Amino acid sequence: MPITKTIEEINARIRAGSAVVLTAEEVARMGETASPAEIAARVDVVTTATFGPMCSSGAFINFGHTTPGLRMEEITLNDVPVYGGVAAVDGYIGATSVRPGDPEYGGGHVIEDLAAGRPLRLRARGRGTDCYPGREVDTWITKDTVNEIFLFNPRNAYQNYGVAVNSSARTLHTYMGTLLGRLGNASYATSGELSPLLNDPDLRTIGLGTRIFLCGAEGYVAWPGTQFHTSRERNEHGVPVLPGATLAVVGDLKEMSTEYLRAAVFEKYGVSLFVGIGIPIPVLDEDLARRVSIRNEQIETTVFDYGTPGHDALGRTNYARLRAGELELDGRRIPCSAQSSLSRARRIAEELGRRIRAGAFTLSAPVMAFPTGTSLRRCPDPAAAPAAAPLGGAK
Amino acid sequence: MRLRSILDFPLVTADEPVVYVLVKRFDLIVNILRAQILPDRGGELLVDLEGPDSALEEGLAYLRGLGVGISPVSRTVTHDADRCVACGGCVSLCPGKALAMGEPDWLLRFDPDRCVACGLCAKACPTRSFRTLW
Repeated sequence: MPITKTIEEINARIRAGSAVVLTAEEVARMGETASPAEIAARVDVVTTATFGPMCSSGAFINFGHTTPGLRMEEITLNDVPVYGGVAAVDGYIGATSVRPGDPEYGGGHVIEDLAAGRPLRLRARGRGTDCYPGREVDTWITKDTVNEIFLFNPRNAYQNYGVAVNSSARTLHTYMGTLLGRLGNASYATSGELSPLLNDPDLRTIGLGTRIFLCGAEGYVAWPGTQFHTSRERNEHGVPVLPGATLAVVGDLKEMSTEYLRAAVFEKYGVSLFVGIGIPIPVLDEDLARRVSIRNEQIETTVFDYGTPGHDALGRTNYARLRAGELELDGRRIPCSAQSSLSRARRIAEELGRRIRAGAFTLSAPVMAFPTGTSLRRCPDPAAAPAAAPLGGAK
Repeated sequence: MRLRSILDFPLVTADEPVVYVLVKRFDLIVNILRAQILPDRGGELLVDLEGPDSALEEGLAYLRGLGVGISPVSRTVTHDADRCVACGGCVSLCPGKALAMGEPDWLLRFDPDRCVACGLCAKACPTRSFRTLW
């Protein structure tokens, strides 16, 4: 009889200290000899992880009210602009916001500094209203002085990502790092067989409310991530060969560690944030056992030429080849390396496994499954845009 | 033996045909990896010097006699392993293959002997974990 388990049964084993927890790499090795049925029988939870630069990240902060009250409209932290178009003392610091004139310091650094407990200079101005008569404040904050600060990242944990190369004559500086001209190097960005959404490609166990490891804290999947694309071409192993699903995630920054959250600077591109995410996948049945035992050579991705205006696709490769450090293209061998850290991802998968084995982290069933059949739209060309309304709406 | 060094020239030595002398008089193999003259520092030469130990010593003594500063590359490029998150962004850029990552731990390994002090890694490093002394 085929094995099926429920999340409740697995949680009972976690609480009893008897759950079998492996990392996705360990189960991939196991899958070289064991059948999905055997894996489903022997393994309860598989931990997956990624640690990479994720630009679509940021934190909501409530600074606490000032005396006299101030509606903070223009806000900076260490001179980095914070979005203030929400309530009086709420703000959102995006990872890619930068200090004017200083491309080496931005939102990613603000978030890292806050997580590290360092003090930051808060400056804010408002127009002054009857209820908030104050006009400005210039003070210092830490994560302990603010009411709430939570990471809310609209798009993380990309299910696969393209490999970047550059056929043009000059060096390009991109969010995929430095790309040397004339196909001088190649850059990739996922943790392959350890990557969360490549181990549950149909998102059977990952949805709204899934409890995750987020930068050292307990976090949650909050929504399908932006650019959530579930209609990509898949290979015979069932994984998309192009960037597919994504996750919006949320978690308390006060509980996070700079070991798993770091500012990133990309030369002549800007600031971003390394985000560490771990997701436990319950091995509910043979189908999931087969999914989580996927190996690097079975996960393919597409090579894109950032040296052409349309980022032309040049071919396909797999993560076993990428890990070996060379990409073959038109008979040429191109040195390649990653933008995401496998060593950190492994540390996260192991740490999450430890927490689960210790009974400190249990699994949650999604309260809403994510949509299927989604794809991407492009920003309308001006000529094809919907009929223009007068500025400011119906005046 | 082979020595990879950065040679710092005071501007007054600009007329001295240093490389010619190292080859002709000391029979050293000289491979120039980079050469520049900076207004605030004088001349700088990144070289591999190769030859028998005794000849190399004599050649270095000649350079010191001219007031040329000699520093190994390992002291001009440093890597902060605590700051590094081992993403790997620098590895495929490194022309000397001085940077490597792989099993078992996928941490960054930096071999100063292979470094040509080009600085590509320092510019590309997202966590700014490299320091260069020029």
